[in-house]
Amino acid sequence: MTIEQERHVLVVFPHPDDESFGVSGTIATYIKQGTPVTYACLTLGEMGRNLGNPPFATRESLPHIRKQELIASAEAMGLTDLRMMGLRDKTVEFEDDEEMVEMMKKLIDETNPSLVITFYPNYAVHPDHEATARAVVRAVRRMDESIRPKLYGLAFANSTKDDLGEPDVVHNIMEARDQKMGSMRAHISQTSWMLEEMDKRLAAGEPEADNWFTYERFFSYRWHEDFEDSF
Amino acid sequence: MEQVQVGKLQVLLDSFANKDVFLHLETTNGAYASHFNENVFNAGAFIRNIAVKYELGKVAGESPHRVGLKLPHGWVYAQGITHFELDEHGRLLMAGHDQAGKLAVALQISETPFTY
Repeated sequence: MTIEQERHVLVVFPHPDDESFGVSGTIATYIKQGTPVTYACLTLGEMGRNLGNPPFATRESLPHIRKQELIASAEAMGLTDLRMMGLRDKTVEFEDDEEMVEMMKKLIDETNPSLVITFYPNYAVHPDHEATARAVVRAVRRMDESIRPKLYGLAFANSTKDDLGEPDVVHNIMEARDQKMGSMRAHISQTSWMLEEMDKRLAAGEPEADNWFTYERFFSYRWHEDFEDSF
Repeated sequence: MEQVQVGKLQVLLDSFANKDVFLHLETTNGAYASHFNENVFNAGAFIRNIAVKYELGKVAGESPHRVGLKLPHGWVYAQGITHFELDEHGRLLMAGHDQAGKLAVALQISETPFTY
């Protein structure tokens, strides 16, 4: 499946590195095509647990490191419109729900996207992912159907396949694989153990590892099966 | 951070006693614990920038250590502390990292509030 042309793409995730595994190839591909992309990252991953043993960072120094990694990831993808929204890791679901919707509405109003990418509510595992997804869906739901952007969700809960089936949107990101690798390497404090494993698999020519750098998959949000009736 | 040396850490704990200080305390087994293993009961607690004044602070046991603070009307303790440092802002940071290098517990003491 080729990647559809867009006017502007808005990507919203709560943690630095959320963009890396599932969407960085897509972001880089849009940018190569000349499509503007905005990435709003809600927190700096302040509560990340990978600090090493012996530790390379502390609870207090980690946000500074992850902010630099996020900037490096954006550079690797060619992304110039990176927004850091100033929330704290693990607290997104405790923010005022209406204020969260307002934050998303402002981003949408300003960037006027034809496509919004976030997590898929109820299939995103981490409480921050879920809270982010709910706020984005609510903001888009309030728009008149005729002007709603498309909404793609990332889903990886264990129940995803049983409930949602296979992703209906598959992007071939082959031409952006270097950029994707660059994004993943940028988040080295969080990804080093995974990258070691992947380098081995890639070297061994395992198709599954190669797949990571070939396709990215999304679910179109199913408005007819909305996660709530209204908000 | 360096591995806990009981004598050194005890001196630092003593230096914050009987002062108005801000605490950060967290325990966690990670937001993904029950995603990776459905038999794991995911629990944790987090508290940040709580003002206290403790009269006695003590590091106990072999590594991973326990650290307890006796307050006029209560207690604070953390279990599993492996590392510590006095950072460039004069804050006492203590943490417990598991074999995989993941933080499991943190107890931090500062005379000025921690960032947001």
